[in-house]
Formats: sequence, C-alpha cells, structure tokens
Amino acid sequence: MSAPRRLPIVATAFEEAADGERLGLLRRRLAARAAAEDLLDVAYRTIDSPVGELLLAATPTGLVRVAFASEGRDRVLAELAARVSPRLLEAPFQLEAITRQLEEYFARRRRAFDVPLDLRLAHGFRREVLRLLPGIRYGSTASYTEVASAVGSPRAVRAVGSACATNPVPIVLPCHRVVRSDGSLGGYGGGISVKRRLLALEAGSTAEP
Amino acid sequence: MSNPPFQSVVEQHGHVLLRTCRALVGRDDAEDLWSETFLAALAAYPRLRPDSNIRAWLLTIARHKAIDRSRTSGRAALAMDPLPEQTSTLGLPGEQDDELRSALDALSARQRGAVVYHYLADLPYAQVAQLIGSTEAAARRAAADGIASLRSALGEEVG
Repeated sequence: MSAPRRLPIVATAFEEAADGERLGLLRRRLAARAAAEDLLDVAYRTIDSPVGELLLAATPTGLVRVAFASEGRDRVLAELAARVSPRLLEAPFQLEAITRQLEEYFARRRRAFDVPLDLRLAHGFRREVLRLLPGIRYGSTASYTEVASAVGSPRAVRAVGSACATNPVPIVLPCHRVVRSDGSLGGYGGGISVKRRLLALEAGSTAEP
Repeated sequence: MSNPPFQSVVEQHGHVLLRTCRALVGRDDAEDLWSETFLAALAAYPRLRPDSNIRAWLLTIARHKAIDRSRTSGRAALAMDPLPEQTSTLGLPGEQDDELRSALDALSARQRGAVVYHYLADLPYAQVAQLIGSTEAAARRAAADGIASLRSALGEEVG
C-alpha cells in the first residue's frame, strides 16, 4: 500500500514498555501448549558449536534436520515447512537430548549419538547409505567406494556422494567420515573446513585453524 | 507456494495481535486471548490458502474468540446489556488509558471495529470491511467518524 504511516496514539496506547519480553514469554508458552496438544509438527532450536551455529529440528518421531549456518536459517525453515509441515515453532525443550549429546561430542566426551531419528527427508538408496554411516568408527574414515560396496552397489560411488551431500542430519549421521579413495576429503554440505574440523576433533588433534 | 513456517507468522504478527487483543478484551485477558488465537491458528494453519492475508485471518480468529469470551467469562461485566452482539467487545478499563478506553467504548460497534482493526491491527480497509461486515467505503467512513469522535472526546492528540 502506501508508506508506513504514523501510528496514532490509539495504537500506542495499547502497547506497553515490556511488550518485547512479554512476547518472548508468550511465544515460549505457545510452543509448550502446541507440543502438549500435538499441534507441533516441527520443533527447532539453534545452538552454538565449534563449527558455527547449528539449527536442530525434530518431529514427534525424531531428529529430522541438522543444518549449518551456511545453509541459511530462513531457507532451512522454509524447506522444513514445505517438506514436513508448516506447523513449525522454535521449541528448544523438544531438543534437549540431542543438544546435550552434541555438547558432549564437541567436548570429546561422546563418540556416538543416541536419539531417535526421522529420516523422512531422505529416500531410497540415499537413506540406505545414511543408515550405514554410524558403522564407520569414530575417528576413522571410509571411502565413497567402500561405502558403495557396503551398501551392495559397488559402482554407485557418485550416488554415495549425493547421499552424503544431502544428508539431512550431518554430524549425527557421520557423513564427514566418508572421504575419497586417494585420501583427499571430498565435499561436505557444511563446507570443507567443517569436515576437516570434525575429523580433527575425532582424531584428537587440538591443532585447529 | 506454501505458507511460511508458523514461527515467522508469530514473529511477524505477534506484536500487533497483542495490542489488538488488549483493545478487544482489556489488558488482563489480552494474553490469554493472544495464546488462544495463535493456538487455534496453528491447528488450522495447514488448511490456510497460501495467498491469504494472514493478519486478517488471525484477527478473524481473535474476534470470534473475543466474542466467545464476552458471552461466557465476561458475562458479569456485560450482564446488564440485553444485546450481547452489540455490547462492547472492548474489555474493562485497565490501569491506564481509562479515558481512551471509555471513549472507544462510547463509539458505535461499527466505528469501534473500524478504528481497532485499521488503526491498531493495521489492516487495509478491504479487510476491515470483511471483519465488521460492511463495505470498504463504509469501513473507511466509520473509522474516520470514530477517530473524529475520539478526537473531540479526548483532544487533538488522537488520530
């Protein structure tokens, strides 16, 4: 329409100084009630980590998405709204277990994750590949070729690469442990520096750029 | 095109909805109305057509919830009025702005609706008209008349 007009006193008279705080509280209460009444299809939160801010999202089934800051918060949320459900709210209390486990992982006090997963964002062959990833031991790597053989399609090396690149729950399903046969790192959804950093963390190295 | 994540609906419209709820049911009940409105909206959200005016939709829900409230919990305050539909959906005066609230209460239902939905909820007149059940031109006129009445009741600072 037109340029934003001056809000008349009629509007400001119904605003209060603490509205910012009240709205934060109301939003948290709304998320809690939505979860209690089974109206919350996707809960998300963001956490800080040594590899930058991570967005974590869960459905009532389990963890559905881990996203790096480089993927863009708004883009990731829009994708979740479109592909899972638009009933999506920030609800950190729904993600406490995975938050704690990630903290332990980054503190090198945890080697494997134990939370329910919702792999609805991965299909068919890609999902089969993802299911194999936890079998690659913490601190070690496997080549794309080895993973292809393990999944029973030794020639599907590129498809294994795609499965890793589109892994909806990186770190938790450790696609960072899949590297090229020649020992070079290959790609990573969160950027190659994140992959290098995760492998160094698992190797116990503290020499970190 | 699908609807945006509900989180962004709350972030975008929560503030306006809170001040509108205060005008609809008074400040004591406003936060409950805010919560009920967003919870009901969340339940219905997957069925909302993607090209809808989301704020107008939220206010339609809030208006219905406010009317429900005035019929039940607000009964004591409104019991003297024989025509519930025409009683004020504005609530009891809060600690502040008593003058403004009573001036708003003194408007006709149509003027009050037009002022609240246009000036507080920041809706265009086409949507205001749908909410108060009138034409766009009539909504525009009702809002102008309402503001004029408030001005003469309270002084020039209004509007």
